Amino acid sequence: MTEPPQQHYLELSENPVQFEHASSVNNVFFDEANKQVFAVRSGGATGVVVKGPDDKSSVAFRMDDKGEVKCIKFSIGNKILAVQRTSKSVDFINFIPDYPHTEFSQECKTKNANVLGFCWTNWNEIVFITDQGIEFYQVFPDKRSLKLLKNQSINVNWYQYCPETAVILLSTTVQGNILQPFAFRNGTMSKMSKFEIELPVIPKPAKLSLSERDIAMATIYGQLYVMYLKHHSRTANSPSAEVVLYHLPREGACKKSHVLKLNTTGKFALNIVDNLVVVHHQSSQTSLIFDINLKEPDCAVNTHQPVLPARSIHPYRMPLAGPAVVPSQPPVPCQLYSSSWSVFQPDIIISASEGYLWYLQVKLHPTVNLLQDKGKLMDFLLRRRDCKMVILSVCSQILEGGVKGSLPVVATVFDKLNQVYKEYLEAEQSYTVAMESGPSRGSAAQKRPVRTQAVIDQSDMYTHVLSSFTERKEVSHKFVIAVLMEYIRSLNQHQITVQHYLYELVIKTLVQHNLFYMLHQFLQYHVLSDSKPLACLLLSLESTYPPAHQLSLDMLKRLSTANDEIVEVLLSKQQVLGALRFIRSVGGHDNVSARKFLDAARQTGDQMLFYTVFRSFQQRNQRLRGSPAFNPGEHCD
Amino acid sequence: MCSATSYKMASAMQEKQYTPSLLSFFIYNPTFGPREGEEEKKILFYHPSDIEKNEKIRNVGLCEAIVQFTRTFCPTKPAKSLHTQKNRQFFFEPEDNFWIVMVVRNPMIEKPNKDGKPPTIEYQEEEILDTVYGAVVRQCYSMYKLFNGTFGRAMEAGGVELLTQKLEKFFYRYLQTLHLQSCDLLDVFGGISFFPLDKMTYLKIQSFVNRVEESLSLIKYTAFLYNDQLIWSGLEQDDMRILYKYLTTSLFPRHSEPELAGRDSPLRPEVAGNLLHYGRFLTGPTNLKDPEAKFRFPKIFVTAEDGYEELHLIVYKAMSAAACFMISASVELTRDFCEQLDGLVGPQLTLLASDICEQFTINRRISGPEKEPQFKFIYFNHMNLAEKSTIHMRKTASVCLTSVHPDLMKILGDINCDFARVDEDEEIIVKAMTDYWVVGKKSDQRELYVILNQKNANLIEVNEEVKRLCATQFNNIFFLD
Repeated sequence: MTEPPQQHYLELSENPVQFEHASSVNNVFFDEANKQVFAVRSGGATGVVVKGPDDKSSVAFRMDDKGEVKCIKFSIGNKILAVQRTSKSVDFINFIPDYPHTEFSQECKTKNANVLGFCWTNWNEIVFITDQGIEFYQVFPDKRSLKLLKNQSINVNWYQYCPETAVILLSTTVQGNILQPFAFRNGTMSKMSKFEIELPVIPKPAKLSLSERDIAMATIYGQLYVMYLKHHSRTANSPSAEVVLYHLPREGACKKSHVLKLNTTGKFALNIVDNLVVVHHQSSQTSLIFDINLKEPDCAVNTHQPVLPARSIHPYRMPLAGPAVVPSQPPVPCQLYSSSWSVFQPDIIISASEGYLWYLQVKLHPTVNLLQDKGKLMDFLLRRRDCKMVILSVCSQILEGGVKGSLPVVATVFDKLNQVYKEYLEAEQSYTVAMESGPSRGSAAQKRPVRTQAVIDQSDMYTHVLSSFTERKEVSHKFVIAVLMEYIRSLNQHQITVQHYLYELVIKTLVQHNLFYMLHQFLQYHVLSDSKPLACLLLSLESTYPPAHQLSLDMLKRLSTANDEIVEVLLSKQQVLGALRFIRSVGGHDNVSARKFLDAARQTGDQMLFYTVFRSFQQRNQRLRGSPAFNPGEHCD
Repeated sequence: MCSATSYKMASAMQEKQYTPSLLSFFIYNPTFGPREGEEEKKILFYHPSDIEKNEKIRNVGLCEAIVQFTRTFCPTKPAKSLHTQKNRQFFFEPEDNFWIVMVVRNPMIEKPNKDGKPPTIEYQEEEILDTVYGAVVRQCYSMYKLFNGTFGRAMEAGGVELLTQKLEKFFYRYLQTLHLQSCDLLDVFGGISFFPLDKMTYLKIQSFVNRVEESLSLIKYTAFLYNDQLIWSGLEQDDMRILYKYLTTSLFPRHSEPELAGRDSPLRPEVAGNLLHYGRFLTGPTNLKDPEAKFRFPKIFVTAEDGYEELHLIVYKAMSAAACFMISASVELTRDFCEQLDGLVGPQLTLLASDICEQFTINRRISGPEKEPQFKFIYFNHMNLAEKSTIHMRKTASVCLTSVHPDLMKILGDINCDFARVDEDEEIIVKAMTDYWVVGKKSDQRELYVILNQKNANLIEVNEEVKRLCATQFNNIFFLD
């Protein structure tokens, strides 16, 4: 590889599931529903080892060798094991403790039909797919029998199952390009609307033209899609292959929704990682990624180009070469894009010959330098799962560069972040409102909004980006202030209340560079919103910038909850009469501590002033209590 | 406190009233001709210039003597003005030993006499205010300094010869624009009118300024105005104060006429990047496309950490929004730069101007239709130099119109003098002869003057009325009742 290693944005999981590799005595099966690998030695007689994503789902057992195993799968929760050995029937073994362990069997109901396979849709519900239709059964492990819930006759070429959504897709008709989906839920089976895959060429005479290998189902951004790998065809004048996505809604018709341009030809395989469509290309040993939610401005609607240039998966070294490992043996480089790889949805790659199951992962850091358009980069990153630190580091990187003309970029990035931030805040707020209004109506529907990593709030920005950025010596203060104002502008534009520590950062920066007049103007236009902490900060600036006093008093006044503070400020300035007039004007005269005022009046050394203040309080006492005397508690004697 | 002065209106039809006018204006430095016979060398500038040499010398000598004489009483604060029956002289020493003197003829009334006798002239010695004309003199100097730097700078650069040249060139034109009859309290304040704006639009302007300064890094400072009112100043307060004065009383009024005339004409044909815009240079080239265009801009001097700095002043306007860009004078500005600026700023400024306009109309609609209020007021804040006046009409190049009688303006000036004498907050209510009530309030660094036209109101009612005014107009500042 000539490319720098940090440019690999895809990698295989560090801790793969290891199993005994396939051989003449060991058959390997993979169940997409439970993500379990079955290593069946000698038809099960010498052992079946089941390895799942975690240790809990790993099981080892023996079963009688009753012929070659064609398919083997646990029901959800490892309750019942189903094994298909013939094309007519499926055998069952209970794995529930205290239930009889003897195998029982179920033949398919349709006469002369061949069982193509089966899928568990629940811990005790199973679907048989035959070449003549589907049969939906409920299993009674205690009675060791099955009950047919529903069946449907239809000619089937092949099928696919999406365990996440419990949807089975059947290939029907002679060409195989009419796809019929069925959805299963709690003992019910519903037929969804069928749809046709547009073939590049219509074969004549008609023959099966849509291969099982070219179709995959997966959920992307919470929606079920059928992905069709449309190979290039010389006759249909399509220069390169593409992936066509059909959106399969729960209700309503299926629609062709996205086209992913691969710009090359050859053998491909698909994965879905973090809502990205990953297309592996075997001959070039590289992969492409597509984000169907990224808008492509210069493309026709819903046509997508790869987000990033093609790169290979990060080189992988196998820590242990198979189960029979010599400890001192160095890790061996793994052959990527090997022809022995099998790819499963959404993100699984299995090398049966080597005994490995990996999860494919996206590394976000390398993408940062591959995507020059920072706005697009943000759109991309904000939709990824573990994006927070990467986004923050991108922010730091943009600010650090100080490249000419970077302010508009900074603004775009801030706006994108704050859009997501605002959407979360709004969801959170409407949830709170719904909770407060009581559980009476529709509260079950209201789910607490999930805070994804893409929600980058002010404290994140402050801690990871802005505070260190403002400390940097080599950045001009002009740029620092411009960036802070840009962030505040963006928050305001999204109607997000700005936290006072951001204002403090602005003030600190301005004060450090003696830019008091700028500060004054910002306050004048209320760009730095009023708050008590901010007013206090201003008060502390008075000695270096006297007008801060006025600014602070104005702010306290506007807050209207800070009358005590105003009195304190005035008294500290020995403006006793002013303080008295103020407290009277806001109607707090009756409850105010006379002692405070009298103390302040005495400190001025102005006897006349002291007398005036004293008389004023005497009059108050007279009015309130009919006597000029002070209450003992006031300590004014 | 009630003012005891009587305020008369001209009663007799035949009487002729003369407003105060400029008699002479001169600048001298006593150290330049200390010896006898060399007195003329002291005089650096004298208006009117056609005065006989010896009279000039005499007048300068008199001023020198007065200043010297009063100095014996108070060495740090020599006389600032001299009151005589016919005129009043104002002395100002802006730089060491440089004196500016302005002589103003008192307003007078010419009463015709019967039987063909010459008319009697009655000088109104007390009608003009030291504070107002003292401020005018200081403003003259500030304006000179804005465009030329200090006197000392000219001396360093080219000695007396250069200084006299510069003074001649500047004041010859500037003095013609002084309109002493319409000077009033606002000249004392020398304030800045700020454009009221919501936070979001203000931040957009910030963003605009920052972006322009970033992409055209030559720009050192930017100021932003709308409707001749300030929104943002990158300059320090004192520099902005005088620049603002220049822009609003000289530059903008000069350009407002063609703008009004061109309102109905379609967008100008220059198209930058497919974006039509209204941007144009108020200083520098009038037409960028003109191959003969000169890219010369006025230079201004502003304070910097080490004395002063010299800057090109580019004023660029789109509709009612004006942006002033200041660039170090050491850089030569090219056609390229101006085109770049025009292309970058023109479309953005046009957009901003319409944004601001829209926002402004929305705010106006919210606050309701403007009724003719029962009162007029002047507000000034010493801290940020913010001024607001409902007394003054829009300024034009020639005159500053007020909507109240000069007598009332004089009362305002008097109250202001009273305020200046003490530090503490106070309030003065005056009942003028013409049924008007005049109220002056001072709170911390703020001053408010209200003129109420309520014939039968009593003191308490007036007080209440002013309180109401404060509560509606000034509710977001700390203004003690």
